[in-house]
Amino acid sequence: MTDDGSPAGGAPRRRPLATGEKSTIVYGILGVLLVLLVAQLWLLTATTNAWLGGDDSVVLPAAVASLACLGLNVGLLLYLFRLE
Amino acid sequence: MTERDSRTPDGRPPAEQPRWRRDFPIDVAEDAYVARRDFAKFSVLVSAAFATGQIWLLLRSIFRRRAPGAPPARVASVTDVPVGAAIAFRYPTERDPCLLVRRGKDEFVAYGSECTHLMCAVLPEVEKGRLRCPCHMGFFDLATGRPIAGPPRRRLPVVTLEVRDGGIWATGVKLESEQ
Ligand code: FES
Repeated sequence: MTDDGSPAGGAPRRRPLATGEKSTIVYGILGVLLVLLVAQLWLLTATTNAWLGGDDSVVLPAAVASLACLGLNVGLLLYLFRLE
Repeated sequence: MTERDSRTPDGRPPAEQPRWRRDFPIDVAEDAYVARRDFAKFSVLVSAAFATGQIWLLLRSIFRRRAPGAPPARVASVTDVPVGAAIAFRYPTERDPCLLVRRGKDEFVAYGSECTHLMCAVLPEVEKGRLRCPCHMGFFDLATGRPIAGPPRRRLPVVTLEVRDGGIWATGVKLESEQ
């Protein structure tokens, strides 16, 4: 056995994160999530406004941007699950 | 003898607790973590709802482009509208108020008459070459329908016209992106 408790010669086992450390990470993730959420809300209202006025040139780029935000959010959530 | 963990009711460490108990911790710091983690999960759900709304708009705009245009409709006869006068009509449906203006002997223009700010009815001011919205003093160019002053930011929908057999026919509506 080595000092960190992992079997000799094996990959070092990671120490489970303390609650305080996990809270710091979740605060960071929440901050990013909320910024992306506000961006998505703005995108949706601006696109709806333009679309109702008959301008649908922005609909596709806005949908792509919103999906990209969702992808980032899901990625952050998966990272959060991996912490557990 | 192993030491009891004071953060859990049975004294075993949090990591060894059943799943349901880990989701309802009694330790304050742990509880704060779980609350924020769940808020993060909920935020992702809201983010998915926003993205769904955006996809819905995309699908609606695809279907709107593919929809067949409205059939032509006779608005008035040429003699009904003296130069400088305007008449109201509805096109393509009864819920779409429009305004036909005769700017010159052979010059007719027609627009949707709902202001693009907050949908008040616009009034023609032919001699000044503009349409005025009395609600918040918005002005549109009579020749193009573009907003020229006041709160409106989008132009009025243009109704395309055709003059044939002494009558004025509305043949379609041009959306902002098609103009
Ligand atoms: S509704 Fe026309 S300017 Fe406000």
